[in-house]
Amino acid sequence: MYVAVKGGERAIEASWRLLDKSRRGDTRLAELSVGQIREQLRLSVARVMTEGSVYDEDLAALAIKQAAGDLVEAIFLLRAYRTTLPRFGYTQPLDSEAMVVERRISATFKDLPGGQLLGATYDYTQRLLDFSLMADAQANGGDAADASHGATAAAAAAQRVALSHAKPESMPRVVSLLNKEGLIEQEKSAPGAAEPGDLTREPLSFPANRATRLQNLARGDEGFLLAMGYATQRGYANSHPFAGEIRFGSVSVEMELDELGETVEIGEIDITECQMINQFAGSREVPPTFTQGYGLAFGHSERKAMAMALVDRALRAEELGETLASPTQDIEFMLSHSDNVEASGFVQHLKLPHYVDFQAELELVRRLRAQHAAQVGDTEQATEATQATSAAEPAQTPQTRQPANGHDQQEQAA
Amino acid sequence: MNAPDPQLDGAPFDRAAEGYNFAYLDEQTKRMIRRSLLKAVAVPGYQVPFASREMPLPFGWGTGGIQVTAAIIGRDDTLKVIDQGSDETTNAVNIRRFFARTTGVKTTRRTSEATIVQTRHRIPETPLTDKQILVYQVPMPEPLFRLEPRTAETKKLHALADYGLISVKLYEDIVHHGGIATTYDYPVIVNERYLTSPSPIPKFDNPKMHMNAALQLFGAGRERRIHAIPPYTRVRSLDFDDHPFEIQRWEHACALCGSRESFLDEMIVDDEGTRMFVCSDSDYCHDRREQQTGDAGESGEPDVAVKRAEGESA
Repeated sequence: MYVAVKGGERAIEASWRLLDKSRRGDTRLAELSVGQIREQLRLSVARVMTEGSVYDEDLAALAIKQAAGDLVEAIFLLRAYRTTLPRFGYTQPLDSEAMVVERRISATFKDLPGGQLLGATYDYTQRLLDFSLMADAQANGGDAADASHGATAAAAAAQRVALSHAKPESMPRVVSLLNKEGLIEQEKSAPGAAEPGDLTREPLSFPANRATRLQNLARGDEGFLLAMGYATQRGYANSHPFAGEIRFGSVSVEMELDELGETVEIGEIDITECQMINQFAGSREVPPTFTQGYGLAFGHSERKAMAMALVDRALRAEELGETLASPTQDIEFMLSHSDNVEASGFVQHLKLPHYVDFQAELELVRRLRAQHAAQVGDTEQATEATQATSAAEPAQTPQTRQPANGHDQQEQAA
Repeated sequence: MNAPDPQLDGAPFDRAAEGYNFAYLDEQTKRMIRRSLLKAVAVPGYQVPFASREMPLPFGWGTGGIQVTAAIIGRDDTLKVIDQGSDETTNAVNIRRFFARTTGVKTTRRTSEATIVQTRHRIPETPLTDKQILVYQVPMPEPLFRLEPRTAETKKLHALADYGLISVKLYEDIVHHGGIATTYDYPVIVNERYLTSPSPIPKFDNPKMHMNAALQLFGAGRERRIHAIPPYTRVRSLDFDDHPFEIQRWEHACALCGSRESFLDEMIVDDEGTRMFVCSDSDYCHDRREQQTGDAGESGEPDVAVKRAEGESA
C-alpha cells in the first residue's frame, strides 16, 4: 500500500515507454511523417503555430505527431521549445494590404476594389462524410503518400506563384475605404506612441493596453475565444458586429538589419486577418461612428481570427465609455484565462498528490463533525427536557419541534 | 544573448542535456529572475512580478519553483526536491531528474546535505540552516484571491495594508464553525507588513517560517510572481486574541518511526478502511528509523519497514 509514493522513477520511465507505444498505434499501418501532417493537417498546424506562438510548419507538425494529435499538448510542446530561442529583434509591421490573397470576403459590401475571392473553404460544403476519402486512403497506403509528398508541395508552390501573378494589385482593406468617409475610427498609431510591449518578455499586468491585449488574444485558446465571442453575440456585451473583411494569404516579413542599414525581406508567412466593424453610439466629443475589432492568426484560422476580433471589440468597452456589464468586457478576467497552456496546466495539476492538504482538511472536518455531534447531543437533551416540562400544554408542541428541525437541516448542510 | 555562462564553459557536466544552457534557462532570463528575487528579498512578503517563461513542465506543476531554482543553482549546489514532504512522489522525481539532466549537479534526499531544497506543500521537519535555501512552488501567490480575484484590486489593498477582508473571513469562520477553518495556505503577515501566502503548506508548518535561518523563496510561474522571506524574519500567522493560532495534532504516532512531532499522512491499508499514519517527511522518518536501528547501511527501504509495521500490527 506504500506504492503510491514509492518507485516514482521506474513508473515514470515505464509510462514513457507506454506513451511511445500508444502514440504509434498499430504498427501494421504506415507511420505518419511530419511532412504528411504539415501538408494534410494544415489547419491543425495553423492552430498550433498560432497558439504556440512560433511560425514554423515543420515544428508544429512534429509537435502534433509527438502529442498524438492533442493540439493543446502540441501547443505546449512548441511553447516550451520557443522559450529557449534567442530573440534576434523585431520585424517591421506586416503590411496586410500587400497580401497575396488566397481568400477574401466581406459581409459589408457586395463588391469592392480587389473583389471577393472565395478560395478554399468549408463554408459551403454540405458536411456529408465523404466515404471516397476512406477508400482512397486504403488504396494509397503510407508509402505512396510519402512519395507523392514532393509533388504536392511543388504543386502548391506553383499554385501560389500563379495566384501571385494573377493578383499583383494591392488590396485596400474595407476599413480603409470607410475611413475615407470618416465613418470609422482611425487606427493609425500616433507618431510618438510608445513601442508595444512584448508579452513574452514582460509579465502581464493590469490595466493592459490594446497592444498587450491583442498579443494575449492572438496566443489565446481558440475554444475560449470562440465561446466568449459567441457570448458577445448573445447579448453579453453585444455591439452589432459585421464581418468587414476576412482575408487569408501570404505576406512578406521584413526586418531592418542594423549591419546593412536597410530593410530586407526575410521570408513569407501565411496569415488570416479579420476586421469586424461594430457600431458605436458616439459621445459628447465623438460623433456616432463605426469601431473595430481586430483578429490575426497564423496560417488559415478564420474561426480564431473572427472570435478574436469579437473579443477584442468587447474588451474596448472601457476605452469607448461603454457600460461594463459582462465578463467578456472584463480585461483582467479575459486575459487571465485565455491561455490554454496555463489553463491546462493548472486544471490538470489536480492530478498531483495533495495528500498533505487533504490530510489537513480531513482533520478539520472530523473535528468539526465531532463538535457538531456534541452540540446536537446537548440541544436534544435540552429539547427533551423542555418537552417533558411542557407536556401538559399541547399548544407548545409545534414550537418545541422547530429547533429540532433546524438542526436536521444543519446536519444535511454539513 | 544565449551565450552560456563563461565560468561554466568547458566544464563538462556529465549527464547534462545537450543543446540546452546550464539549468535550461538562458543567462539573460536567469538575470531577470535574479533581479526579481533581489527585490523580493528586499521587500519581504511583497509579490514581485516577473516575466515567467514557458517551461518544459506544465504550469501549475512547479514552474515557478523550477525557474527560481534554475536562477540560483550553481555547479557546487546539492539539490533536494520534495512534494508532499516526500522525495519519491512522481512530480518530485520528475523535477529532480530535470535538474540532474540540465545541470548535472548532485542531488540528495537528505535535508541536511542539501544546499537548495525545492518543495511543494511542505517544510522539512529537520530545521534548516543559514547555508540553505528553501524554494517553494506556489500555485496562487495572492493570499486574498478567494476574496478578491482581481489583481488590480488586491494590489491596492496590499499598498494600503488594508487586510480587513481576510480578518472578516476568519471571523466568519469562527461564527460558522467555532474556529478558524483554514488548514493549509494559512495567511501570514511577513515582517509586520505584507499579508503573504505561505503556499499550500499545512498550517502545521507555519511556525517553521518564523525566524527561519534559511532564505525562503517563493515562485509562482503561472501567476508570474516571486516573493521571499529573508533569513530571521518575523512571520506571524493571522489570529485573534481570543482565538489564537493553533496547529494540527494527531492522536497517532508515525507507524514507522514513532514520531509524535511530525506531520502525518493517513493511508488506507485494506478494504475494511484500516488506517495507518506515517510521517509525510520521508527523509525525517528514514533518519529516525536509521538512528533507532543503528543500522546505517541498509534500512533505506521503507517498503521493508512497512511490512514490518504491518506484521507487528497483525
